[in-house]
Amino acid sequence: MTDMSAPSSGKTSLLRLDARTKKRNAAERRFRAYGAICVGIAVVALVVLMASILKNGTSAFFQTHITLDIELLESKLDKTGNRDIAEMSKVSTFGYAPLIKNAMEAKIEELGVDIEGLKKPQDMISKEAAAQLRRFVLANPDVVGGTYEFEFLASGRIDGYFKGRVTMESAERDKNVSPQQLMLADAMKEEGSLNTSFNWKFITWPDASENRPEAAGLGVAIIGSFYMMIVVLVLALPIGVAASIYLEEFAPKNWFTDLIEVNISNLAAVPSIVFGILGLAIFINFAGLPQSAPIVGGLVLTLMTLPTIIIATRASLKAVPPSIREAALGVGASKMQTVFHHVLPLAAPGILTGTIIGLAQALGETAPLLLIGMVAFVREYPSGPPEGFFDPAAALPVQVYNWTQRADPAFVERASGAIIVLLVFLLVMNLVAIILRRRFERRW
Amino acid sequence: MLHAKLTVSTLAIIALSATASSARDQVQVAGSSTVLPYATIVAEAFGENFDFPTPVVEGGGSGAGRKKMCEGVGENTIDIANSSSRIKQSDIDLCGSNGVSEIMEVRFGYDGIVFASDIEGPEFGFTPSDWYNALAAKVVVDGALVDNPNTSWSDVNSALPDQEILAFIPGTKHGTREVFDVKVLEAGCEATGALEALEAAGMSEEDCITLRTDGVSVDIDGDYTETLARLDANPNSIGVFGLSFYENNTDKLRVATMGDVTPSTDTVASGEYPVSRPLFFYVKKAHLGVIPGLQEYIDFFVSDEIAGPDGPLAEYGLVSDPELAATQEMVSSGTPMGGL
Repeated sequence: MTDMSAPSSGKTSLLRLDARTKKRNAAERRFRAYGAICVGIAVVALVVLMASILKNGTSAFFQTHITLDIELLESKLDKTGNRDIAEMSKVSTFGYAPLIKNAMEAKIEELGVDIEGLKKPQDMISKEAAAQLRRFVLANPDVVGGTYEFEFLASGRIDGYFKGRVTMESAERDKNVSPQQLMLADAMKEEGSLNTSFNWKFITWPDASENRPEAAGLGVAIIGSFYMMIVVLVLALPIGVAASIYLEEFAPKNWFTDLIEVNISNLAAVPSIVFGILGLAIFINFAGLPQSAPIVGGLVLTLMTLPTIIIATRASLKAVPPSIREAALGVGASKMQTVFHHVLPLAAPGILTGTIIGLAQALGETAPLLLIGMVAFVREYPSGPPEGFFDPAAALPVQVYNWTQRADPAFVERASGAIIVLLVFLLVMNLVAIILRRRFERRW
Repeated sequence: MLHAKLTVSTLAIIALSATASSARDQVQVAGSSTVLPYATIVAEAFGENFDFPTPVVEGGGSGAGRKKMCEGVGENTIDIANSSSRIKQSDIDLCGSNGVSEIMEVRFGYDGIVFASDIEGPEFGFTPSDWYNALAAKVVVDGALVDNPNTSWSDVNSALPDQEILAFIPGTKHGTREVFDVKVLEAGCEATGALEALEAAGMSEEDCITLRTDGVSVDIDGDYTETLARLDANPNSIGVFGLSFYENNTDKLRVATMGDVTPSTDTVASGEYPVSRPLFFYVKKAHLGVIPGLQEYIDFFVSDEIAGPDGPLAEYGLVSDPELAATQEMVSSGTPMGGL
C-alpha cells in the first residue's frame, strides 16, 4: 500500500500517453475542429454573399447601346426656321420621340428584315434618348435639318435580353417587350448597330425614374456620400482628437471625467437611427437646415462617428509609453509641448486608422439618413462646395435601398451594382487604414 | 495647432450656416410610395423640358407626406404631398394650426389593385365574397356565424382551384389596405350575408374587416417587391399588388379576375373593375410664386401629354382621370380645396 499513485499495470512513461493526457489532447483537437468549423461558416457566408452580389451586380457595369442615324427634321424641331433657342425649347421631349421612331423604321428597312407582328420597335430604345437628342439640338441649334449618328441606350428589357435576364419565353408574357423585338435586336447585333460596352454612365449619371432603369446611375449618390464624408472628416476628426487629448492627458481623474468616459462608450453603442431622429429634430426642425442636404447627413454622421474616433484616439494615446512623456518633461518641455511634440505624433497612425474606420462605418450607414430626407429621387448634381453641401443629394447606401424598392426588375441589377461600388469604396478605405498602420505604427 | 484647427472648423460651420439662408430653387415633394414612381417620371420629364431644376421626390407613405406638408410654411418644409388616399380632417386641422391655411387638392388619375399569383400556377377568378370567405375571421356557414373553417380555395367556391389559401395582403399602414378593406372585404361581407349575421350578433360593419389570425393571411408592411419575393418563395399563394406593379412584372405574375373582369387601365377607367382608388397630390398654396417652378410643375403634371391616356404615366400603369380637363382648369387657376 505504499505505491498508491502508480497504476497497477506497468510503469508510467512520459512517452506513453496516459488516459488523462489523451483526454486533454482530444479536448484540444475538438476545440481546434470547432474553431475551424466556425471560421468555415464565416467564410462560406462571406463567399455566398459576395458571389450573389457579384452575380447579380456585375452586369450593371455593362450596357447595351443602339446606334442610329437620326434625321433632325426642321418641321418637327423648328417650324419657323429661325433657329431661335427660346422658340425651339418649346418643343418638349415628346416632340422628339417621332424622330426616333422614324429612324428605327428606317433602320429596319435598311436591315431588310421582315419580322411578322413587330410592334413599336421604338420602345427598344431608352426613353432617355429623346432627352439626349433635345439636349444636343438645343446646344447646337444649327444641326437642325441634318442627319447625325447617335448612340442611344437600349431599353432595360433589351439590355436584359443580352444579359440573360429576359428570354424569348419571358418576353412572350411580358407587356413591355415582345419576342419580335428581341429578334430584331439579334438582327441589329449581327449588323453591328447594337453592341454592349462598359457602362461608365452607371458611375456618373444621376438616378432615373422607373420608366428608364437603363439610364439610372450613381453620380449624385457618390457626390452626396463624398460631401458627407468631408463634413464628417472636418468636424469629427478635430473635435474627437481634441476631446480625447484633453481627457487622456490633461483632465483630472475624478467622478466627472469617469462619467464622461462611460457615456462616450455608451454613445458608441447607441443605435444609429436614434441619431437620425436627433438630426431631424435639431438640424432640420430647430436650426432650419434644408432637407435632403449632405450637410445635415454629415452632421448626423459626425455625431455617430465621434465616439468611435474618441475611443480609438484614446487607445492610441494610452499606447504611447509613459517614458516618452517623462523624458520630454525631464528635459524641460511643458506639458503642452510634451503632448503635441512627442505623444501626438507617435499616436498619429492609430488615430488615423481609427478615423478611417469611423469614416467607413459612416459611409455605409443608412438608417439615420432615412429620417432626414436623403432617401429621395434626386437628379440634379449638387453644385461645388460649399454651396453644394446644402443642395439635395442622395447617398450610396440609400440609393441601394431606393433601387431595391422599384418595380422594374432591371433595378435589382442596379442595386447589386451599387453595392459593389459601395464595397469597393469601403475596401479601399480599410486598405488605406491597414497600410497606414503597417507603415507608421511603432511598437515598444 | 489645436486652436487653429478648432477655429477653422468653427469658422467653417458659421460660413456654411450663413449660406443656408439662400433660397431653395427646386420643388420638394414627399409622400405615398404608390404615387412615387409617377411623381419621379413627371419630375424627370419636367427637369428635361423646363429650365427649372428637377424636383426632389421622396417616398415615406401618404400619411407621413401629408404630415410633413402640414409642418408649416417656409423653405425648409415640402411643397407637395403625394397621397394615395384622400386627406383627412386631422391633417387639415394640423395644417391649419401650423399656418398652412390653403391647400390645393389635385386628383390626377386612378390606380387599380390586382390579385395575382405565380405565373406557373392555375388561373383564378374571384369575387369579393370569395375573399371574404377565405380571409375573414367569422363567416356564415349554413346560416350560422362560425369561425372561418376554410382551408382551400375550393372550399370557398367550388369553381376555384383546389389550392390552399395563403394570401399576402398589404399591411394596415398602406393606403392600399384601406381600399382592400372597403372594396373587397366589406363588399364580400355584405354579399355573403355575414354583415347581417354580424349585426344580429351585436357586432358592426367594422367587424367585417377582422381577419383570421391562423397564418392564412399575411400582412406585408414593405412594398410590392417584398410581396413579389414572398410569392416567389410560396408559389401557392396569392398576392395583392398595384396595377402598375403588375404591368411591369407580367412575365412573373398571373392576374386574377374580380367579378369576371380582368384588371387593365381600360376596365379601371370605365369603372367595370371594382377595386380601384383615386391618386392625389396636395399643394401648399403659400409656396406658389415663392418656390420657382412649382406652378409649372403642377401644370405639367396634369397636362394631357403627361397624365393623359397616351402619356408616360398611363404607359406605366396609371388609369387616367376622365375629368382631367377640369383638374387642369382648377390647377392653373389655383383653386384651393374646400372642406372634405
